[in-house]
Parts: sequence; C-alpha cells; structure tokens
Amino acid sequence: MTITYANYPDDKGHFGDFGGKFASETLMHCLEELKEAYSKFKNDPEFQQRFQNDLADYVGRPSPLYLAERLTTQMGGAKIWLKREDLNHTGAHKINNTIGQILLAKAMGKKRIIAETGAGQHGVATATVAARMGLECVVYMGEVDIQRQAINVYRMKLMGAEVRSVSSGSKTLKDALNEAMRDWVTHVDDTFYIIGTVAGPDPYPAMVRDFNAVIGQEVKRQAAEKIGGLPDALVACVGGGSNAMGLFHEFLDDASVKLYGVEAGGHGVETGEHAASITAGKVGVLHGNRTYVMSDDDGQIIETHSISAGLDYPGVGPEHAFLNHTGRAEYVTINDDEALHAFHTLTKVEGILPALESSHAIAYGMKLAKTMDKDKNIVINLSGRGDKDVHTIAAIEGVSV
Amino acid sequence: MSLLTQKFEQLAGKKALVPFITAGHPKPELTVSAMHALVANGADVIELGIPFSDPMADGEVIQLSSESAIAQGVGLNDVLSMVSSFRENDTTTPVLLMGYLNPIECFGYSEFVKQANACGINGVLLVDSPPEESEQLLKLLAEKNMHQIFLVAPTTTDERIKYIMQSATGFIYYVALKGVTGSADLDSESVNKDVLKLKALGELPVAVGFGVKDAASATAVAEQADAVVIGSALVKLLGNCVDEKSVVSTIESFLKPIRIALNSL
Repeated sequence: MTITYANYPDDKGHFGDFGGKFASETLMHCLEELKEAYSKFKNDPEFQQRFQNDLADYVGRPSPLYLAERLTTQMGGAKIWLKREDLNHTGAHKINNTIGQILLAKAMGKKRIIAETGAGQHGVATATVAARMGLECVVYMGEVDIQRQAINVYRMKLMGAEVRSVSSGSKTLKDALNEAMRDWVTHVDDTFYIIGTVAGPDPYPAMVRDFNAVIGQEVKRQAAEKIGGLPDALVACVGGGSNAMGLFHEFLDDASVKLYGVEAGGHGVETGEHAASITAGKVGVLHGNRTYVMSDDDGQIIETHSISAGLDYPGVGPEHAFLNHTGRAEYVTINDDEALHAFHTLTKVEGILPALESSHAIAYGMKLAKTMDKDKNIVINLSGRGDKDVHTIAAIEGVSV
Repeated sequence: MSLLTQKFEQLAGKKALVPFITAGHPKPELTVSAMHALVANGADVIELGIPFSDPMADGEVIQLSSESAIAQGVGLNDVLSMVSSFRENDTTTPVLLMGYLNPIECFGYSEFVKQANACGINGVLLVDSPPEESEQLLKLLAEKNMHQIFLVAPTTTDERIKYIMQSATGFIYYVALKGVTGSADLDSESVNKDVLKLKALGELPVAVGFGVKDAASATAVAEQADAVVIGSALVKLLGNCVDEKSVVSTIESFLKPIRIALNSL
C-alpha cells in the first residue's frame, strides 16, 4: 500500500506507532487548547499572512538555494546545493518556528514564554521573538550547555530573557526540557511553552514541522527554477529533527527524492558515546511522545554525546521515527571528527562557517555526492551558522581566541 | 473483586492513607522493611515509585530519590522482586506501582503485566500515560483484575473528567495543585470543592495528592476525599535514614500522627 504522508499525523497525533500525547494530566487541557488554536489559525488567512509577512520582513526569507560550485568540483560527483538557513535572522532555521509559535501565543492571550535550549539557537530565537512581542521569557538550559554556548547565553540575556541553569541529570538539553515541563505544569494558565523541535506531545511535532515547512516549500520552487525539476536527494542533520522535517515535509510524497537524516555519531556509534537515537536507540516514551529514544534495558534515559550541543538529545521527533519505520527516509550517522572535517572543508572551500549541527549534514552530503553522477542534484540544509561554535572548535584544536 | 476495591469497601467511610516511597531509596535493601513499617503505622495502600531518570512531573525530592535508586542499580525487575518479598508477609495491603511509562515500554506491556500480577502488584499509576494512550495496557491489566489509576487535575474539564471516568477503575487520583510533586500552597477549600464535583461525576473513590505534607494538610484536603496520598515529605525524611531502624522510626514518627489525625475526621 502506498502511504500518503500528507495525511499524518492522525487525529490523535499519531504517526503510525509513533507520536501521541504522553503528558501529565495537568497539561492535557492546555495541549487540547493549543491544538484547537493551532487548527483554527492554520487555516486562517489573516494569521497565515502575518506569518508569511514576518518570515519575509523580519526573518529575511526566502533564504537562497546556493550552488556550492567549488565543493561540488572537489567532491567530483553530484551538484551540491546549500539551503542557506544560516542567513536567517538569528542565524538558524529555529526562527521560523518561534515566529509561528509566538504569533499563536499572542493570539491565545498568553503572557509568559518558556523554552528549553541545547546549543542556544532555539533559546536565542525564542528570546528574540519574545522581545519583539514584549512578553516575559524564561529559557531553561543545561549547565554544561551554558558553559559551551556562552555567547548565545549572553545574546539571550541582552534581549531580556532570563536564562535558568539546569543542574539535574546530565545537565544538557533533555534535563532543560524536563525543567521546562515542570515550569509549564506550575504556570499552565498564563504560560506558552515554545518547544524548539518536532518532538513533545501532540500537537507540537506537526506544528513545529508546519512552521518549518517553508524550508522545503522554498527549495521546491527554487529547484524548479535553478535545476528545472526536483532535486535527487535531500540531506539534513537530525537531533530532535526540526530542520530536517522542515526540509523533507514538502517532498514526502515525491518518491523520486531520496531523504537522508544525519544523526550525531559522536565518538562512534560502537563506543556508545553518541546521540544517534534512530540508528542505535529503541522505541520508547519520552517528553510526551513515543519515538526512538536512547535508553538502557531498564528504560532509563542514557546520556548522549555529540560535539554539537544542538544534536545532543536522546530522542528524536516521532515523524522521523515513522519515516525510518516506513523506509521513506534513511538515517545515517556522522562522527564528531567527520563533522569537524566538514566544518573546515566548507569554511575553506566556500567561505561559509556552518554550525556544528549542520556540519554533520555537510559531511554526509560530501560523501553522498561522490557516489552520484554529475547530473544529479543534492540539497543539503545548512541549518545554522557556525559563529556560535567557534569557541568550541578553537578549544578542541587548542587555539586560544 | 480486586484487593484495592475490597480495601476501599472495608474502609467504609474511614479515610485511606496512601503513602508513596521510591523503590530503592534510600537503599534497595531497606524498601521491603519500609513497606511493612508503612502498613504498621496506618498505610491502607502503598504507592511504590519505579525510579525513572527523567521524572518530568515530579519535584526535586522525588527526582533525587529516583536518581539515588538508579545509581544503586535499581530497575523495574528489582522493584518487582521487592513487592514479591513484601508479599511473603503481607497479602492484604494493596500495592500500586507509580512512575513513568518508559521502563514499562522497555519491559514490554504483556510481560510486565504478567510478572507484576505474579508478584502481587494490584495496579499502576503512570504519570505520562493518559487514558487516550493506555488502551493496550488497560486491556492487559483488566484481564488480570489489576488497575490503572488515572489522574484528574485542577485543569481537567468536566467533559474530560467524564471521559477519564470511562477508563478509570480503583480510584481517581486528584492532583491537588498545578505544579510538581512536593509543591507548597494547597488551597484546601477549592480541593474539597473539586473532589465533591468528582464524586458527583462518578462512582469511584477519590484520593488527593501533591502538596500534602503533614497531619494538618492531610486533614484539610480529606474533608471530602476518600484517601490522601503523601509522598515528597516522607521521601525527603527517608533520605536521611541509613539503616532499617532509622527507616522504621522515621516512618512511625511521620505517619502515625497523620493516621491519628485522619481517624479523627
């Protein structure tokens, strides 16, 4: 049977066996309210117009689809195109979703915004839109991430957000998410939780995907103009998976387009020190949805490792779990050192500093290009810029900046 | 009739005391003694927490107790064994497992229900498994005459209460406040009002939990409720215990006054 992917999720927020609403009872009403509001505004021309206007005039869309000629020549295979989400306001795709969610929050009359962040890109994007709307904003961030993303922490504070350090568990993104959930349960009446990825309880996975779907919609139009048809392959990094879902969504029912999600292989999947939930995790329930999670035999969530704070999450959006299950998308891994190598390659060959998250996609895209004919076209989502990671990279390489 | 339903029938108007402890905390070898001490000091039903690494709806006290138990190697298999040991000397006190879904997902629903039933567990209360996601588990539990206890929160609408009532058995767990376990500031007046409403909407006994910490708060919320659940305050005290003697004496000095106060209602 052919699956029409546009029909997912179902009414209960299920993508086949994945997704759902595994939330505490205190949040259930709030999630229902959110779903209702989102369903209404999704089809409201005025809301959609405002969203599109903001994407154009505040975010700076459309982002270019750039032919990386020198990189293509160096790889000697398929043409490599970069979708330049790094050129968006605040420097990553994260702003697309936060623009959408803040408009919803405002329309729902919420007074206070909370968010969680790993690399800080989502935190910065949330602090940005909250400042613009004049709403109180609290961002939860793991103690470890606060240290490795000091510049983004400062950017959030400059925009008036309060950054709360989370010192429980592994002190990274998953713990920040737990803490944000606790805050939400406590302040459910006036608080809007802007989740940063395509995970969490229904309706978040579909809603965040829809707000990011502009990436793939633009790629489809731009590819028609620039290459005269559909690309042959799309490549994006996957932590929670919002930039990848944003890129993939428009192409899910175009069977000729191959989809590759690149997970963080860390020190190597075989070492156990990685964040590759689909490649090496198991089906479980975490943070409100059923998906692939990294857990031990007792069901305890295990600590992850990635050179990139933004990919360092032990779960993945349920729609990715579904796409893996059906075989529509292929999920692969790239290790820390491969990502670092790709970072340097793109920087030197094209003069573009990619985020370490995006460097995973670049690394796989480079490998893939070599295996494909010169008349084929690969689009790699350059989901964010690497300025925020310069200190991390310098520290790894023993350079003082 | 299940042991739990029998218990509520036997109580006949007396308020049930339902203490919560985390399995394996403060030490795995003390949990069974702690369970017996709970019963000896007035517990009618025991809620035994399955340690979980990411307890999103719990406060710091229960989170730390879970982390401590996990660090000592306690998993769901160990929790089941603890209940088996408890059952060697107590076959009448209902025991419910409380926690999050992922450990059970990993175990496999069918195998979990089979083993839990064999160990003498009477039901589960899973914070992140609302009725709409519990169809399969509910069916398996029902086959063994076991319960899945569902929560109702101050934010739950009347329409949703009716929906939850369709799947609920045993009792309804009313979350007394918007917040995590162990939070302060209980508004007992509104809790009692909400409990009355719950009782009007269904037949099941109602237990009140979250924010109950002593005899005063227990009696304040037990005016209308059939049972009171008390967790964080007890778990915090148990964290200071080092041996069986201190666990037993801590439980006695904490639980007995609450039992006496509830008996006076």
